[in-house]
Amino acid sequence: MVISAETRAKIETEIAKVPQKRGALLAALHLVQAELGHVSLETARELAELFELKPVDVQEVVTFYNMFYDRPQGRHHAYVCTNLPCSLRGARTLLKQLEAHLGVEAGETTADGRITLGHEECLGACAYAPMMRVDGVYHEDLDLAKAKQILDGLK
Amino acid sequence: MGLKVPYVTSYLSEHFADDEFGALQGYERRGGYQAAKKALREMTPEQVIELVKTSGLQGRGGAGFPTGMKWSFMPKDTPKPKYLVCNADESEPGSFKDRILLERGPHQLLEGILIGAWATGASRTFVYVRGEYAQPAAELQRAVDEAYAKGYLGRNVMRSGFQHDVLVVRGAGAYICGEETGLLESLEGKKGQPRKKPPFPAEYGAFGMPTTVNNVETFCHVPHIVSKGADWFRSFGTEKSPGSTIFGVSGHVVRPGLYELPLGTRLDEIVFEHAGGVPDGRKIKGVIPGGMSMPILPAGQLDVPMANEFLRERKTMLGTGGVMVMDETTCMVRVGCVIGWFFRDESCGQCTQCREGTGWIHKIMQRIERGAGTREDLDLLLDIASKMEGQTICAFADAAAWPVQGLLRHFREDFETHVRERKCPFPASFEL
Ligand SMILES: Cc1cc2nc3c(=O)[nH]c(=O)nc-3n(C[C@H](O)[C@H](O)[C@H](O)COP(=O)(O)O)c2cc1C
Ligand code: SF4
Ligand code: FES
Repeated sequence: MVISAETRAKIETEIAKVPQKRGALLAALHLVQAELGHVSLETARELAELFELKPVDVQEVVTFYNMFYDRPQGRHHAYVCTNLPCSLRGARTLLKQLEAHLGVEAGETTADGRITLGHEECLGACAYAPMMRVDGVYHEDLDLAKAKQILDGLK
Repeated sequence: MGLKVPYVTSYLSEHFADDEFGALQGYERRGGYQAAKKALREMTPEQVIELVKTSGLQGRGGAGFPTGMKWSFMPKDTPKPKYLVCNADESEPGSFKDRILLERGPHQLLEGILIGAWATGASRTFVYVRGEYAQPAAELQRAVDEAYAKGYLGRNVMRSGFQHDVLVVRGAGAYICGEETGLLESLEGKKGQPRKKPPFPAEYGAFGMPTTVNNVETFCHVPHIVSKGADWFRSFGTEKSPGSTIFGVSGHVVRPGLYELPLGTRLDEIVFEHAGGVPDGRKIKGVIPGGMSMPILPAGQLDVPMANEFLRERKTMLGTGGVMVMDETTCMVRVGCVIGWFFRDESCGQCTQCREGTGWIHKIMQRIERGAGTREDLDLLLDIASKMEGQTICAFADAAAWPVQGLLRHFREDFETHVRERKCPFPASFEL
């Protein structure tokens, strides 16, 4: 079993809150990813069993949503928003500079497995651009120095 | 640097600078939950619906549908449980008002939801918060817990005998889940692929039950209408578009941020007076008035009141009130590339016109920007856009076509120069 008993208990709590079991699937995927970092085939199988679904039903959902990953990711996630308001304020320039700084392209993970760098669509922080989301936390009104400092602080 | 609370406030955001407003006690001290008490104790559901109809409140999620009318579509005599859904998926590029409404005024939202639930007879509300809004979702959850503890949610709301439960649900990163039936699919734990309509959600919604979907901001207006009345509400805004709204201003302006202003406030007033205009003495080139799906307006057409009855005359719409400002350095083909990219990536792929059309728009925009486009490409873009309109399961395809049409309507010259000079003629433009 890859999903721990503790996470399974949390999933059961989520299931109890919704009118139909499957309604808790996204919540379960968030929980599983918090524990395991991504949703492997094995994890999808276990979840499918829990939810009385086919593994492919779970995998389809995983691939549909940007926040779920079907393969291993870096220990940390850094996503620069590159939609229009952010781009108008230099977000794509910033992303290129961070690619050079980390030696990866957007979508890739550093060789030491420390950071997955990526871009994201509008995050609802357009007035505070450029910005990035690091491990779920918003960092706004960035410049290159601030962004580097944040990334360099990740262990 | 943008301010984190609105620069200009009216009734929705009046107390947002005040940290206490987010807590139940602070909210009540400023008159909070009086409207819900009034509705539940002194008004019938029909009276609430009538009041909201008279107020003229229109949905703030982008389509502007009259809220009172939507509520009246919920079936009255049905053995099935009825549900409300609060759409907090806010993913329209350029929009960031719902985030502040969740973060700074979660009880105002809950009070609006309670009144909506009473009016429609809903036993539950699902608040669907986009997955990336972890912080706003946490603020809302805290407020929900407070409301349960105080007896404002649960089995016997405010000792009125009315039962209502609120569940905060997290999305997982997909723009299309903002479309109301994509959202319903996602709530059910599926891919967020929009449903064919009919049946409409009022008949067959979340988990097959009668459901009403409203935007976060829409609910937030409701307590104010119930406590102060329809005439008071109509004293803001225009005759056809009453009330205020929170505009989000971004891009090339001195003071990007949020501004709560009456509907009908002129776009040039928002951009120049409130947001301070374009920095460093540069000139303005164009403004997208209502989030990425809405067609752009050129510098000469900003003297328009921000209300649909006026914006429509200029072939655009209010959308979500996300105002994106572009200065004279901006390459409009690059803007087209960003738009093309976004819609290609976010199409759910069910409809051929949308899946193929967004792919082609993306490809052609890139080609023109590289200097490899032809004159025929310009007409091809318009042809593709016209075939996407009104043909698909949901309005996403229209939302992808309109901004392309807007760019070519007002900035065809930018596209033609790229083709003629075989390169981008705007070296100082934002980088792609
Ligand atoms: C592609 C697409 C994306 C949408 N995204 C959102 C959204 O993020 N938030 C929202 O409230 N409405 C969104 N809508 C509008 C909803 O479908 C729906 O009309 C709205 O939530 C109804 O609420 P209202 O009547 O209070 O405006 C979107 C519509 C489309 C076609
Ligand atoms: S229009 Fe596009 S997004 Fe909407 S259902 Fe069809 S393919 Fe999906
Ligand atoms: S465009 Fe980056 S947060 Fe909206």
